[in-house]
Amino acid sequence: MLLRAAWRRAAVAVTVATGPKAAAPTRGLRLRVRDRAPQSAVPADTAAAPEAGPVLRPLYMDVQATTPLDPRVLDAMLPYLVNYYGNPHSRTHAYGWESEAAMERARQQVASLIGADPREIIFTSGATESNNIAIKGVARFYRSRKKHLITTQTEHKCVLDSCRSLEAEGFRVTYLPVQKSGIIDLKELEAAIQPDTSLVSVMTVNNEIGVKQPIAEIGRICSSRKVYFHTDAAQAVGKIPLDVNDMKIDLMSISGHKIYGPKGVGAVYIRRRPRVRVEALQSGGGQERGMRSGTVPTPLVVGLGAACEVAQQEMEYDHKRISKLAERLIQNIMKRLPDVVMNGDPEHHYPGCINLSFAYVEGESLLMALKDVALSSGSACTSASLEPSYVLRAIGTDEDLAHSSIRFGIGRFTTEEEVDYTVEKCIQHVKRLREMSPLWEMVQDGIDLKSIQWTQH
Amino acid sequence: MAASSRAQVLDLYRAMLRESKRFSAYNYRTYAVRRIRDAFRENKNVKDPVEIQTLMNKAKRDLEIIRRQVHIGQLYSTDKLIIENRDMPRT
Repeated sequence: MLLRAAWRRAAVAVTVATGPKAAAPTRGLRLRVRDRAPQSAVPADTAAAPEAGPVLRPLYMDVQATTPLDPRVLDAMLPYLVNYYGNPHSRTHAYGWESEAAMERARQQVASLIGADPREIIFTSGATESNNIAIKGVARFYRSRKKHLITTQTEHKCVLDSCRSLEAEGFRVTYLPVQKSGIIDLKELEAAIQPDTSLVSVMTVNNEIGVKQPIAEIGRICSSRKVYFHTDAAQAVGKIPLDVNDMKIDLMSISGHKIYGPKGVGAVYIRRRPRVRVEALQSGGGQERGMRSGTVPTPLVVGLGAACEVAQQEMEYDHKRISKLAERLIQNIMKRLPDVVMNGDPEHHYPGCINLSFAYVEGESLLMALKDVALSSGSACTSASLEPSYVLRAIGTDEDLAHSSIRFGIGRFTTEEEVDYTVEKCIQHVKRLREMSPLWEMVQDGIDLKSIQWTQH
Repeated sequence: MAASSRAQVLDLYRAMLRESKRFSAYNYRTYAVRRIRDAFRENKNVKDPVEIQTLMNKAKRDLEIIRRQVHIGQLYSTDKLIIENRDMPRT
């Protein structure tokens, strides 16, 4: 919140650079980016003309928040935004038929990525709606006999909030704690399942720390105890191999804009064999098998389908590359900076989401210092509050380390140069901030910070 | 139709790289160049003419996609990234 207010003030104060683009409408934040650090390596030409310096955009290292559209996805979507604009539910003319054909083709592409049948895919407006449908829909349908749900403390806000609203309706919810690694304890899960548990919801890959939960084992446990298993796979679909039958998943949430697809679209997978019944949240004309009424946005679902198809083809190549880049980033930072902690289990971890805590440095000030790189500390949906992330608190991170955490996101389009630049800037600014920090000074003098009495009253 | 000759494959490879270098967005440009190089390198030992033809057809379709997307990128181009003025112009 403070960060955004300062950003807005700076934007008002800075004049727009004139140049050949003066005629074009101003898009994007036109902020002059001048590196004030005296020992910076910025070449002379950008520092030479202080009034008319080039306006340069920051690097994008926040792929967990959202991803750029893959050009192949945009190419698939455009015909449906320009010429093939029919409503897919119009049954009487060619515009409707071609739109419906595209929608069904997209459904097949999404299903094929997760090993499902196309009839089990319902298009929604995003993973948040999918999570709402899965959790509230299942809970409410079986409410006469089943009143208990299980989830974890590190779930996405929409899952936790859906559970909270169900508690207000009279359901009981168990929020399983996670271990220091970020992974749930399977024995605790087994112990938590009661005769009237209808649903277990555990996310596949965490959006803040990148930890991979043991989905196949959880699926096995749930299937043996006859409890439905839902997983929020928004960060995992298209990045790690998922199969709803091998992993015994009954419901799955998919997000378009996390897999290089468009924003505003997602899907929910709802198993048909054995059938999972879901009470619809959105009433209307009965589209999407009655589970989600409303016109299906053909251009968006075509984009989602194309993104899923591209992801299926590129999964191995991307994973190999992203793992290498992640290794490079972590090794270089940890080799050259002391007192850096990686949050989350290093082994059961998706490489593209790296959450590091830099001791004795305040996270927000580091983010503001790294203004040339688009980063975040914790998730986008909790970034407005000043509280440290609840995910970091759930894995038992100390309060001060939780405040100093930064999340680095590496995606399909991230280059080695971007990683190297980010590493350099990060090291430079952490060192600078630590030099200014009285806590760091005390630590260097050998004082144990935990022994200090901070208050006198 | 005769199977694609080595010359045709190389022509297509060069055409794709040439077109990809015209992307105005740094991330798209670097990805396209890298992916094309890696894909052609990965498939360089394929011997089956049917498979070669299938790969060539897919590559030709991808070249069309690149052409269209390069053009769109230029219509909506924006400022360069912070690291672009320090690298070689076409990374």
